[in-house]
Amino acid sequence: MDRGLIGAGTALPPLTVPVTRTLIVAGAIASRDFQDVHHDAELAEQKGSPDIFMNILTTNGLVGRYVTDFFGEQALLRKVAIRLGAPNYPGDTMVLSGSIGAFDGTTAEVRVVGTNSLGNHVTGTVKVTLPGPARVREAEILPEAGA
Amino acid sequence: MTDELYARLKAYEGQAAAASGVGKDPVNESMIRHWCEAMGDNNAAYAGPDAVAPPTMLQVWTMGGLSGHAGRTAAQDELFALLEGAGFTSVVATDCEQEYLRTLRPGNRITYDAVIECVSERKTTKLGTGYFITTRTDVRADGEPAGTHRFRVLKYAPRAREPKANRPRPVINRDNAGFWEKVAEHRLLIQRCGGCGTLRFPWLPGCGCCGSQDWDTVEASGSGSVFSYVVMHHPPFPAFDPPFAVGLIELAEGVRIVSSVVGVAHDKVRIGMPVELEFTSVDGEFELPVFRVVQGGAD
Ligand SMILES: [Zn+2]
Repeated sequence: MDRGLIGAGTALPPLTVPVTRTLIVAGAIASRDFQDVHHDAELAEQKGSPDIFMNILTTNGLVGRYVTDFFGEQALLRKVAIRLGAPNYPGDTMVLSGSIGAFDGTTAEVRVVGTNSLGNHVTGTVKVTLPGPARVREAEILPEAGA
Repeated sequence: MTDELYARLKAYEGQAAAASGVGKDPVNESMIRHWCEAMGDNNAAYAGPDAVAPPTMLQVWTMGGLSGHAGRTAAQDELFALLEGAGFTSVVATDCEQEYLRTLRPGNRITYDAVIECVSERKTTKLGTGYFITTRTDVRADGEPAGTHRFRVLKYAPRAREPKANRPRPVINRDNAGFWEKVAEHRLLIQRCGGCGTLRFPWLPGCGCCGSQDWDTVEASGSGSVFSYVVMHHPPFPAFDPPFAVGLIELAEGVRIVSSVVGVAHDKVRIGMPVELEFTSVDGEFELPVFRVVQGGAD
């Protein structure tokens, strides 16, 4: 990532996530979420769902990963707020895309959308604080920008 | 109409959902690694000797797992029992809002308190009708504030799914009983007028040409072609899965019969397609004549 290029409107490269049954189950178990709708297709059907579907913790984790993949290991997540829409069912593909909505030189607010074949699976915002050097650089740039 | 249940649910707003909850495991490398494997997260900060936990794992450290939530309050249990008793048996998470106040590291002991922030009025969604419940959990690590976790679930009554219905039964009467008897033997009989020899289908007591009530039958060879067809989209009927094609088949003998065209997608049926008679068993109860597209007849 070239920090010098970050600003409001910067688009993050999209991330394609194949929504496999394995991902759904592995995500549910790794998040200690044993709700049957995330691993048992038969019981999911009885509850009105056509199949198992991804749990919100996995979506949350993927959104966090998407943002830190872009900003790097030094970046610190401050806030992740997501809303779920169309479920992620096995066999679907989710494409995460994002753009920086605001950037004050230290903290970037990233809008993230994850779409699947049914529509928007997730919409959300992520606040991420960038490591020291960016802050210094921005501090140097800011007065100039204001002049 | 007032929602009496809502008034009872609303009373739980502001009550504790979890009090002095204790995370079942301290923050640990194994669970971090399992999480990163599942998420495909290769962030170097989460691996190695100085690994920290992915912040998005905040809720994970508070999960009850298969052995349940020890810190859950009676209020939280009562709220959910009220909803389940009223038929709102399913739950789906809709929103998650987390703020991270400090980085969690292996060894951190997790404690938390949670409050029922908000119960919505009854809402109808694609999944069914229910209530949105928002809880806020304040998570501490080694006693220090580590983050807040606001979580909204929809507790809902799943939409009833229609059981698979049987196909409609043929109406069998004195005039057509002979036809259905032979269909059961996998034979398709056409009526022939005893007066003028005209073939007719479906079976009727008299001839449309000469009025004679005398008749005998000839057996259809089984060859035919699609004379016309419609594709049914609406209204749906429980026994059928729209869209599907209904064909008007012209038999080689010249009479026409309304039937299913099988062996071809509904949108690939075409006028003039050659078809061949076959019989299909319906609901294990009776036989129906249907027409299969002859190989090479479809595009
Ligand atoms: Zn006649």
